[in-house]
Parts: sequence; C-alpha cells; structure tokens
Amino acid sequence: MGRYLLRRLFESLAVLFVMSFVIYGLLGLMPGDPVEMMVQANPNLTPADIQQLREVYGIDRPIGERYLAWLGSALSGDFGYSRLFAVPVEEVLLPRLGNTLLLMGAAFVIAFGIALPAGIAAARRPWSAVDGLVNLTAFAGISVPPFWLAILLIILFSVTLGWLPAGGMGQGGFGERLLYMVLPVTTLSLAAVGSHIRFVRAAMMEALRQDHVRTARAKGLSERQVVYGHALRNAMIPVVTILALDFGTLFSGALITETMFGWLGMGKTIYDAIMGNDYNLALIGLLLATFVVLLANLLADLAYGWLDPRVTYR
Amino acid sequence: MIRTLLAFLLACCLAAPALAGGAGTLTIGMTQAPSTLHPNIDSMLAKSYLLGFLRRPMTQYDQDWKLVNMLAETLPSLENGLAEKVELENGDTGIRTTWTIREGATWGDGTPVTTEDVLFTYEVGSHPQSGVATAELYKRIVDIEVIDERSFTITGDRVTFTYNSFGDFGLIPAHIERPIFEADPASYRNRTAFDNEPTNPGLHYGPYRLASLERGSSYTLEPNPTWYGPEPAFDRIVLRIIEDTAALQANLLSGAIDMISGELGLTADQAVPFAEGRGKDYEILFQPGLIYEHIDLNLDNPILQDRRVRQALLYALDRQLLVEQLFAGTQPVAHSSVSPLDQMASEEIPIYGHDPQRAVALLEEAGWSDLRGGIRHNAEGEKLTLEIMTTAGSRSRELVQQVLQSMWREVGIEITIRNQPPRVYFGETVRKREFPAMAMFAWISAPESVPYSTLHSTQIPNGENGWSGQNSTGYANPEMDALLETLERELDPAKRKGLWAELQEIYVTDLPALPLYWRSNAYVLPPWLKGVRPTGHLGPTSLWVEEWRREGDG
Repeated sequence: MGRYLLRRLFESLAVLFVMSFVIYGLLGLMPGDPVEMMVQANPNLTPADIQQLREVYGIDRPIGERYLAWLGSALSGDFGYSRLFAVPVEEVLLPRLGNTLLLMGAAFVIAFGIALPAGIAAARRPWSAVDGLVNLTAFAGISVPPFWLAILLIILFSVTLGWLPAGGMGQGGFGERLLYMVLPVTTLSLAAVGSHIRFVRAAMMEALRQDHVRTARAKGLSERQVVYGHALRNAMIPVVTILALDFGTLFSGALITETMFGWLGMGKTIYDAIMGNDYNLALIGLLLATFVVLLANLLADLAYGWLDPRVTYR
Repeated sequence: MIRTLLAFLLACCLAAPALAGGAGTLTIGMTQAPSTLHPNIDSMLAKSYLLGFLRRPMTQYDQDWKLVNMLAETLPSLENGLAEKVELENGDTGIRTTWTIREGATWGDGTPVTTEDVLFTYEVGSHPQSGVATAELYKRIVDIEVIDERSFTITGDRVTFTYNSFGDFGLIPAHIERPIFEADPASYRNRTAFDNEPTNPGLHYGPYRLASLERGSSYTLEPNPTWYGPEPAFDRIVLRIIEDTAALQANLLSGAIDMISGELGLTADQAVPFAEGRGKDYEILFQPGLIYEHIDLNLDNPILQDRRVRQALLYALDRQLLVEQLFAGTQPVAHSSVSPLDQMASEEIPIYGHDPQRAVALLEEAGWSDLRGGIRHNAEGEKLTLEIMTTAGSRSRELVQQVLQSMWREVGIEITIRNQPPRVYFGETVRKREFPAMAMFAWISAPESVPYSTLHSTQIPNGENGWSGQNSTGYANPEMDALLETLERELDPAKRKGLWAELQEIYVTDLPALPLYWRSNAYVLPPWLKGVRPTGHLGPTSLWVEEWRREGDG
C-alpha cells in the first residue's frame, strides 16, 4: 500500500511536470502578449519603447528559455508575480482556492446528499411514479442553464422577497458568509444534482439485478439490508469514478456562477488571467486544477479498495 | 421609499455642523475591477475611477472640457507668465512651466506633498526598467528644477498647445516608495506599496482613503482626514464589482447597491429597456462620450481604394434610423472623428445623410453597374462583396452589424460577417491590419486629442515598427500628415480651430473610416443622489466626489 501510494505520487508529479510544459507552451501560443496590450492602450509607445518593455517583462527571449527560467524559480518555491494584481501569485490564488473549496464543496455535498437517496428510491421502483418524479427533476436540473437559474433565483429571493443578498461574499462573520452562499450553492447544486441522480439510479439498477442481491433476498434479509448492505456498496464503484472526475471541475471553479454572484473563485480567476495575459497566474491556476484532479483520482482509486475488498494495490 | 424617507429625516435631525460626511454609505456597482493600483503602471478605466476618489491628477479636463488644475495653486499659462518659451541646449524651442503645490496638500499619513515627490515620480517614470507605460510623457520632459519645498519648474522639449497638461503625471509618495524603488528598480512594479499594502493611507492625498479591499470584489473608502479640499458628504463609499450586467441590475433592484457607475456599467442597449421598465425609481443619465464607434476600412483592399465606393458606403446607411431603433436615440450619430461636444468640432463639414440614390450613382460611376441577382458586379465580372468584422459576443455591435448588412444589401453590396473574440480581434486582426475590408470598433480619446496615431502615415503598423501605431486603415495623405504635425504646435486656439476644420473636412471627404455613432455612458442613480456630473470624456465623475451629496444635506 505504501509503495503503491509512493508510485502514484511520483506519477502525479511527472504528469504535473509535463502539464506545466504543455500549459506554458499553449499560453505562449496565444495571440498577443502583455506588452502588446500596453501598446494598444498607449499609441505613443515607439518601437524602441516596445522593445524595452519586452525586456523588462522578460518576453523578448524564446519560449523554451523562458520556461526553463520559470521552472528553475518555481522549483525553488518562487512562483512569480501576477501581472494583473502585481502581487505574488499564491497571494491571489490561495484565498480564491479557499473560496472555491467552500462554495463548490458545499454544493457537492448538497447535490450528492440529494442525489443518493433520490437515485436509490428511483432505482428500487423503476418506472413507478416516484421514479418518474425523480427523473423529471433530474432532467430539469440538467436542462436548466445555470446563468438563467441564477438570475431567476436573484430576482425571486433578492429583488422580490428581499430575503437573501443578490451577490458578493459578505464582509462579516461566518453566519453572514453563509447567507451569501445560499444562492450560488443552490444554483450549483441544482445544476449538478440531475446528473448525479442519473448516475446513482443507473448504478443501483444494475446492482439490484445482480445474483448476489437475489441470493440476499432469498436468504430472507430485510429489504433495507439488501439495498444498503449489499447493493449500494457495489453500485458506488462507478459512481465514485464519476465523482472523482467531477471533483476536478469543482476546483477549477464554475465560471458562470462565480461571475453572476460576484464570487471570487478559481474559475473566474483563471479566465481573467488568460484574458489579461497574466501568464503566471493562469499557469499556476491551471496546474493547481490539474493537481486536484490527480489527487481526486488517487482518492477514488483508494476508495475502490474500501468499497470492493477484491481490489488490491500493488 | 421608507428607507429614503428615514434617511432624509435623519439627515434633517442631524444637520449638525459639517463634520466629515453624515450622508451615510453610498454603494456603487461597476462591471470591472482595477488590476494594479499604481497610478503610473498600466492604464485602465476601473483604476482611474477608483483613484478619482483617492487622489487628484495635477491637471484635468473638467465637465465643461476646460483644463483645470487640481493639485497646484495656479494653472501655468503663457498669459499669466507661469509658462515661458525657452531655448534648449540643442537649439530647439521648449517651454518651461512653473508650478506650486497647493498649500495643505498632505499625504493621508500626514506627510506633506512636496517637490521631493515630484522629483521621485519623474525619476521612476524615466527609469528604463520601471515598466511605467506612460513613458512618452517623461520623455518629453527635459528637466525638472526645484525652487523650494512646494514650487518647481518643468521644462518640456517642444511647444505644444498641451504644454500645461500633466494629467498623466501621477504623484508617487517618495517617503514610502523610494526605498522600495531603490532596492531594485527592475522589480519595483511588483513590490510597490500601491499593490502590496494598498490601504497604506500615505499613498494618496484625495478626499477618500482606501480603508479595506477584497481584490476584484469590493473596495471600501472612508474620508481622508488630511484632504485639503471641501469635505465629502458620504461617510463611506463602497465599490462593488459585479461583472454580469443582468446580475448588476438585480443587485440594484434588491438594494444591494445604490447606483450603477456610468463609466463601467450598462451599455446603452441594456440601459434603454431598464429605463423603460424601472426608470421611474431611478434617475438615468445618458451621456454621449468620446467613444467613437466607427468602421475602419482597409485601404489596401482594391474595392475600397476607390474613394467613391467609400462615400457610397456611407450614403447607403440610415444611421439616424439605426440609433433610434437600437438605442432609442441615446447615442448620437457621428459625422466625423471629432465629437460635437469638443470645442474644436467644426460645423461646416459635409454631412452624409441617408441617400441611397447618391450611393447607387457613386457605385455606378466607380464601375459597379452590373446588377446580377441583386448584387453589383464590375465590367470584369467581379462581385462587389466586402467582409465586416467585429468583436464576437458584443451584442450591440452584432446587432448594428446586421442592420448595416441589410442597408448595404439594398444598394447591391454583398456583406459577409466574420467576428472574432476581442482577444484575437484586437490582439491580431486589427493591430496587424489583417481584416480584409471592414473592422468595426471604437476609439476612446480625450478632449482635443490630435489623431496623430490613427491618421498619420508613419503610424501604419507593420512588422518593421513592431506593429506600433494605430493607423490600421493604412491611410496616407501628405496633406493630412502636414496638418497633424502643425496642429500640435499651434498655440492660438482660434487658428487651431481652423486647422481642426480642415482636418475634419479631409477626413469626411477621404473617409478612411466610416463614422457610426458616439457611444453613451448610462448613469443609473438613485433619485436622492445629487451632484454627479458626467464629463463626456475619460475624466471619471469620481474626481468631483466632494460635490456628491444626499438630497436634503447642506
């Protein structure tokens, strides 16, 4: 187990290394660079000024050289400055990663908390009225675009009823922050719950058809024991895979929801960094997202072992 | 309503001697967050808006488009003797202006603003590694001489009519920034206190100071006790960034914000329906600004090289109908590149009304007389087809594009549409002149700003000059070049006006670009807020925040 973990961590590092090169290269291929944006803003710059600014910002050198220089300082713990915010990138990213964790984590827990019982209920009586209702909800969740849902929620709860703040993150304590989280979390959970329900339902239906479930029933176990003790655990294996993949998108943030509610998260930050030619910020943000996807998949692999004792780690 | 009434009653009861504020909190919604807060690194509208509350430029065009002085005792001029022509060492004629910093001007931490700060700002601005983007200003300064703690002279390298305009000279506090700068000039832009301790009160000297901020989300301002001007009314101003304009409107309606800034808020086509639906609860001001929406024509395109075709293109358009239908007339039709609000605007220039017959006649004269399937062809059988490009995702531009397409179709011109995301469009296509025929976008300018970079033949971007310059149409006219060169150096406003009239005449005759309309800013204000006066140019309203008040206050 220890050796397995070590190997996986090593593999993850290798992936991160390759990704840093790929992302760096892709960012370099984008049209325009920071100095070109300054040129657009200030027509009085002469070709000599432009050359000098390029030297100041270090973009006069070839991309390979720049990458090696970046890698050198990154390995020594210096991730560089954000061009847009003029502070070290970690000062921008860490608080926003925290915000994203809070928002997306809450949405994830709620969506899964609803999807699990709903999916099980639907799978136990396929094509019944309960199943129909659950499916209807699921498809509605999948079909409603988040930006539209967000606006509807704001109009209902902030403008008409005046119960909840329309956006922002709140300045006060935890209680106030919680209030600001209600609408964005609702939007995100409603968007996610539909697909989660469909996964749980499909996996459960499959599990309930298995021979061992029939055997369990034949042994005279209660329905509760059959469903939760025998079928659910097996059904969770495919669900965990899907959730692990979803986890990555959790950390790269939800651009639209963050923009609608003025929530400072990773999605918005990475988007702004790319649009504003803030190479360092975009690069570290994307690498952070990659790292979390890798970590989530590792966790999922470990969860398989817990769910299915036949899985061994080598 | 009840809240307004309460606020009013409170204001009446508390009409105590004017200690700072008393008018409570004003929360402003805007769509863009400032990035760096350093006054001289990068220029950005969101930053100028925020800095307008915190500090004052040396000079500024006011609401009546007159140059006023905001930090010095008197604005130097040749008339009052504070400006004089001088002979420079290299034999050129330069100009020397004498400035005295206003008495009482003090950084927020109590340190007086002195000539030490002026010298330091110049040192940073002219240092090759500082990354200051307004280097042009510092290059034009030959010398700064200190007379005493508060007085100094600036010698400029040429005599231009803007000799006393120093709006871009953003003072930097030497007592805070000098040690940071001197430690390592090359990395100064990353270590500046403006971004690393932005709430340090000593960084600014305006009516408000930055009390707290959540970068990219909200900025809270409180009155600055060391401010030398009239006391501002509001105890607190909060700027909230809400990038989505639908969410911005919802926030306004829910009371989370009191107003939407005109500088960075709703576009006219968003504000018009808002005004129709909710207009009675708010005061909505539409202020046409110096944002010139136009279509650049690529003059390398063989079809567009013919001036008659360019003129026909404009005659075929009913721009009045366009602005009325799409923007309820809130954005006026542009007749040239000079705003009618500018004192240099000429009223004599030819105006292109909607005249399809004239358009057809011009096209036929240019050889496009063979109509096949509704589209004109020339004798060689070539089709009169042009491509128009603009920013993808900009709803109002895309709407305008479709209307133009149908208007041109009526005179037999085929128009194809190809749009690109702004990043690619401005970063590559327009900058490198890669649009085959027409590119629609806006120029933002300042009062009486000489269009040297957009019209002079040396400003055509190409690989050799590193794609600098903004003459993306490729316009080259020796007469225009000569005018642009003389204009800047003409000090007599009456003579200058004549030159401007000539310039506009040539512009509308040659039509290197098709003027469309002047974009308006929409200020959505609560009825109790008074004193917000849009300028119509890039000077943000926040520069006069001490005039803002709650109705009922003294």
